[in-house]
Amino acid sequence: MTPFRIGCGAGFQGDRIEPAADLANRGELDVLVFECLAERTIALAQQARMKDPEAGYDPLLERRLRATLPGCVRHGTRIITNMGAANPWAGAAKARAILAELGLSLKVAVVTGDDVSGSIAGYSLDETGETAQALGSRLVSANAYIGVSGIVEALAQGADIVICGRVSDPALFLAPLVHHFGWALNDYEKLGRGTLIGHLLECSAQITGGYFADPGVKDVPNLAHIGFPLAEVTADGNAIITKLDDTGGMITPATCTEQLLYEIHDPARYIQPDVVADFSGVTFTSVGPDRVAIGGATGHPPTGQLKVSVAYRDGWLGEGQISYAGVNARQRAELARSILDQRLTDPKIDERLGQLIGSDDDMRLRYAARCADAVTAQMIGEEVESLYLCGPAAGGGVTKSVREIVAIASTLIPSDEVSISAEIQGETHEVA
Amino acid sequence: MKLHDLAHGRTGDKGDTSNISVIAYHAEDFDRLLKDVTAERVAAHLDQPTGAVTRYVLPQLCAMNFVIKGALKGGVTRSLSLDAHGKCLSSVLLAMPLTDSDVKSV
Repeated sequence: MTPFRIGCGAGFQGDRIEPAADLANRGELDVLVFECLAERTIALAQQARMKDPEAGYDPLLERRLRATLPGCVRHGTRIITNMGAANPWAGAAKARAILAELGLSLKVAVVTGDDVSGSIAGYSLDETGETAQALGSRLVSANAYIGVSGIVEALAQGADIVICGRVSDPALFLAPLVHHFGWALNDYEKLGRGTLIGHLLECSAQITGGYFADPGVKDVPNLAHIGFPLAEVTADGNAIITKLDDTGGMITPATCTEQLLYEIHDPARYIQPDVVADFSGVTFTSVGPDRVAIGGATGHPPTGQLKVSVAYRDGWLGEGQISYAGVNARQRAELARSILDQRLTDPKIDERLGQLIGSDDDMRLRYAARCADAVTAQMIGEEVESLYLCGPAAGGGVTKSVREIVAIASTLIPSDEVSISAEIQGETHEVA
Repeated sequence: MKLHDLAHGRTGDKGDTSNISVIAYHAEDFDRLLKDVTAERVAAHLDQPTGAVTRYVLPQLCAMNFVIKGALKGGVTRSLSLDAHGKCLSSVLLAMPLTDSDVKSV
């Protein structure tokens, strides 16, 4: 049986597009996944949607699809992505518009159910101990990390492009494996193995030599043209992780081991919606240049709960910076910081940080504070700026900024309180 | 001798929790790293309370994983730090000196 080829075309919202196009063109992939949602991305997308009902999906969705569709069409590659963010319907509408313009008759599916903002009021948040309800109008979004079911259904219905909001990152990769190999959803060993593949691929270049190089110690060839990874997966759920020839970077047991433990707590209990994956016995074996065979993953039944990320407005961050260089620079920067400490006494300042960055003869003072309101946050930069005339000698290069803080807290809800569905060709298929 | 001489690693973040892997370049160094790079020493080096650090060990990969609760001062979204994700922490940890007693065992 030919291995199933699954590639990663993005590991975060701002990831490069050209390596994804290369994978689509030359990877002969069965599936290309774009993982574009970090913890806070969906909250920012929700804020965008509140301003514009047609927004709230990934701003790079159009560019990513246009860059990869030609290759995907040529090779019959299906696309799965969480670029739907806070508005997967609008993301799908954009995808359909692009397909129509290109004269392509591909089917686009939308997976929904992750938005649980309407049903989490009574749950208490791990970080604050308070209920979500207590956030009141500060609540921005609440999304459950859902599992494979919606994507598997969409693929079963013949979807060529599956657009989701929040889905557990590895599930974006596990779902097409479940669909293709017909794995049972209680075959936890297979689900654990598929989760490992997803976990290793989901950060794109972080397994091909990105986030790895340490000159003279861990050198990586041709980082400027790093390739994105793909897995050649067999029916038993094991795989070879590799990348295209003539791309930069490298795949070795060392890059794989670093990525295995990236954002993992207990390796024996990587809690996912469909499985508790066990990576404690994982092995990596080099089987050729930039080819690493993975094995040893397994899994256990899921917990019956889903993690929910709750985003809420949490004040404002004000910041100002100023430089002092040359003789006595550190002492002048320290004096500047003490002036700010004396002047910025407003009780609406919740927390502050005055940092001296650089060397003794080239110092940058960065003064940042979390404030209760925008006006107070504005004052931080203004006070730094006033040091031009009122502060120590020869301060220059002031920058200032203000932004609203959208904080993330988390909670757990029972899986059976989340109803997931896949919508394709105008029909909605409930899956759970 | 620093940890950086014998091992590499990577930082990840989830909410307010940071995790740092420490992976021996050579299998023969792993035992001394296991003895020397304890959760307590990592906590002290990173200026964290001792109880905040948990260590997990994957001997077949010559790897350890340190999970540090509360390391990110409120998490990526609230932290005032420039590196709010704490991406730098792995390199900070790799600067940790190894203890002399273990040098003899090499």
